[in-house]
Amino acid sequence: MSLPSEILIKMYRAMLRIRRFEEQIWEVYTGGLMHGLAHLYIGEEAVAVGVCAALRDDDFITSTHRGHGHCVAKGGNLEAMMAEVMGRVTGHCRGKGGSMHIADMSVGILGANGIVGGGFGIATGAALSAQKRGTDQVAVCFFGDGASNQGIFFEVMNFAAIWKLPVIYVCENNHYGEYTPTENVTAGKSIADRSLPFGIPSTTVDGSDAIAVYEATAAAVERARKGDGATLIECDTYRYRGHHVGDPGEGYRSKEEIESWMAKDPIQLLRTKIMDDNIASGAELDAEEREVEKEMENALEAAKAAPYPDVEEVNQHVYA
Amino acid sequence: MSMREMTYGEAVKEAMAEEMRRDPTVFLMGEDVGKAGTVFKVLLGLHDEFGDDRVIDTPIAEAGLVGLGVGAALTGSRPIVDIMFGDFIALAMDQIVNQAAKLRYMSGGQAIVPITIRSTMGAGRSSAAQHSQSLHAWLAHIPGLKVAIPSTPADAKGLFKTAVRDDNPVVIYEDKMMYALKGMVPTEEDYTIPFGQAHIKREGDDVTLIATSSMVHVALDAADALAEQGISAEVLDPRTLVPLDRETLIESVVKTTRAVIIDEGYKSFGITGEIASTVYNGAFDYIDAPIVRLGAMDVPVPFSKPLEDATIPTPEDVIKAVQDMKIIHR
Repeated sequence: MSLPSEILIKMYRAMLRIRRFEEQIWEVYTGGLMHGLAHLYIGEEAVAVGVCAALRDDDFITSTHRGHGHCVAKGGNLEAMMAEVMGRVTGHCRGKGGSMHIADMSVGILGANGIVGGGFGIATGAALSAQKRGTDQVAVCFFGDGASNQGIFFEVMNFAAIWKLPVIYVCENNHYGEYTPTENVTAGKSIADRSLPFGIPSTTVDGSDAIAVYEATAAAVERARKGDGATLIECDTYRYRGHHVGDPGEGYRSKEEIESWMAKDPIQLLRTKIMDDNIASGAELDAEEREVEKEMENALEAAKAAPYPDVEEVNQHVYA
Repeated sequence: MSMREMTYGEAVKEAMAEEMRRDPTVFLMGEDVGKAGTVFKVLLGLHDEFGDDRVIDTPIAEAGLVGLGVGAALTGSRPIVDIMFGDFIALAMDQIVNQAAKLRYMSGGQAIVPITIRSTMGAGRSSAAQHSQSLHAWLAHIPGLKVAIPSTPADAKGLFKTAVRDDNPVVIYEDKMMYALKGMVPTEEDYTIPFGQAHIKREGDDVTLIATSSMVHVALDAADALAEQGISAEVLDPRTLVPLDRETLIESVVKTTRAVIIDEGYKSFGITGEIASTVYNGAFDYIDAPIVRLGAMDVPVPFSKPLEDATIPTPEDVIKAVQDMKIIHR
């Protein structure tokens, strides 16, 4: 199957936006403009982008503590995201959520989540709601290999299976739960296998290949919209950086391992594909890159110039 | 206002049925809520009217159940989630405390989470330590949640309907010992009780008995006995713990100058402590006797009947507390 060229260009651009956003976060954080925790998505861009390119604006996602990529890919606003991680009032959440809780309900981002596995219930419930309200919306739950050992993962797969809910569980297996190798703490041959006893089909894809992720997701979305139920997609991926900005990501991971993953960089892979297929030239893709760079600079400047919330806001939004 | 006599359980069911008829986005899910009408049988007939689509039996998986409710509430539905025994809320605490309670705040006011979690509380059924606890203080502790704790059939109906219409997560506790309790209940479809309004169940001048849920009836029994001894007790029911009608509690103690607080949660670190502190701060200059707190004994609820009975406040405990205040009428 060959994808329409506009989808490929859109995915390329979205991956660039995520990469550039995360590089900028590194600078903002180490420059003292951002506090707290920053879990970077660099290296995993093809997963968020491949999945979200197959979704509509009114579909839902739940994200994770490593969530900037999902939010960019689903249509979050770069300026509002940057302002949010810097605690400014112009942020998506008026500075109340920060990096781990970015939400934009207007484009179906039901929130990043600081609890590992925190999105399982919410995404499955959003799918239940879509079914009850009689829409054909689908919900995607992004989660990591670490979250696959939380008990609620198995509870929600059971719910999704008995009620044929339009939900897609997307596992980003980056091979480390924080600092611990996944295989040391995870039974079975694969995470994808875990849905099979529930009768939920699963597939494993190369998480560096945005096209493969898109195709797997598109098939799952079609299945969900038709009322045939849930799918589990395990994406084999890797984070180039540490668990968070303060972790160099070395010691528990070998240099060779890191380099082997960087050698099949998701953005380079798609760039090569686009050029090989004569969809766009290198010069045209470079122009995309300059546009993203410009967009990022504007977002950063706007966020830096934005005020912090008034202290009077501290007890607003506790209740509706 | 037209009224009809019904039991506490019937009042809950009527509230639910009315809200489901009024709003198609309301549905109920929980373990055994369907044809069985819950293990307490109080919802019998609801499934007949609304069917599998809206009265939904679920797996025994409390975390997932509440989690699905939160996600549904976030996306245009108004689910009622039934947690059979309040003790089982422990299994769903992450969903309630870290998700439902915080999503609106963390999203800067973008989200609403109109989920109603109904559960039961109360000892007295020889059900032992894991089916008898009253853990409402846990949830009242968490900003972002509302907690209602009705003591009569009329309050059960009015508070339940308010809970379903509220855009916030509400946890409503029904004492399972009260399901057969009868009372007059308004039948208007728009009968609701605003949250945060304490209710004076009996007026009095000498002492205020602040009581919640089934302890309201313990307090009323005590007030009857005290009246025979010439002591006039006011019985006040906060009805909701969050929001808490602190003003009415304080006003009553300003008037009576004395208070006994009775709640079936564990005494230590519980509701009675919060209310006592509220009253001390608000009525300090008027208080004539140390405030007395009565709660469940700080032990796991025992099985054997004499042991279980010893853990729950009784009218006699309330009467003794008031007698010890040595009220002298001038």
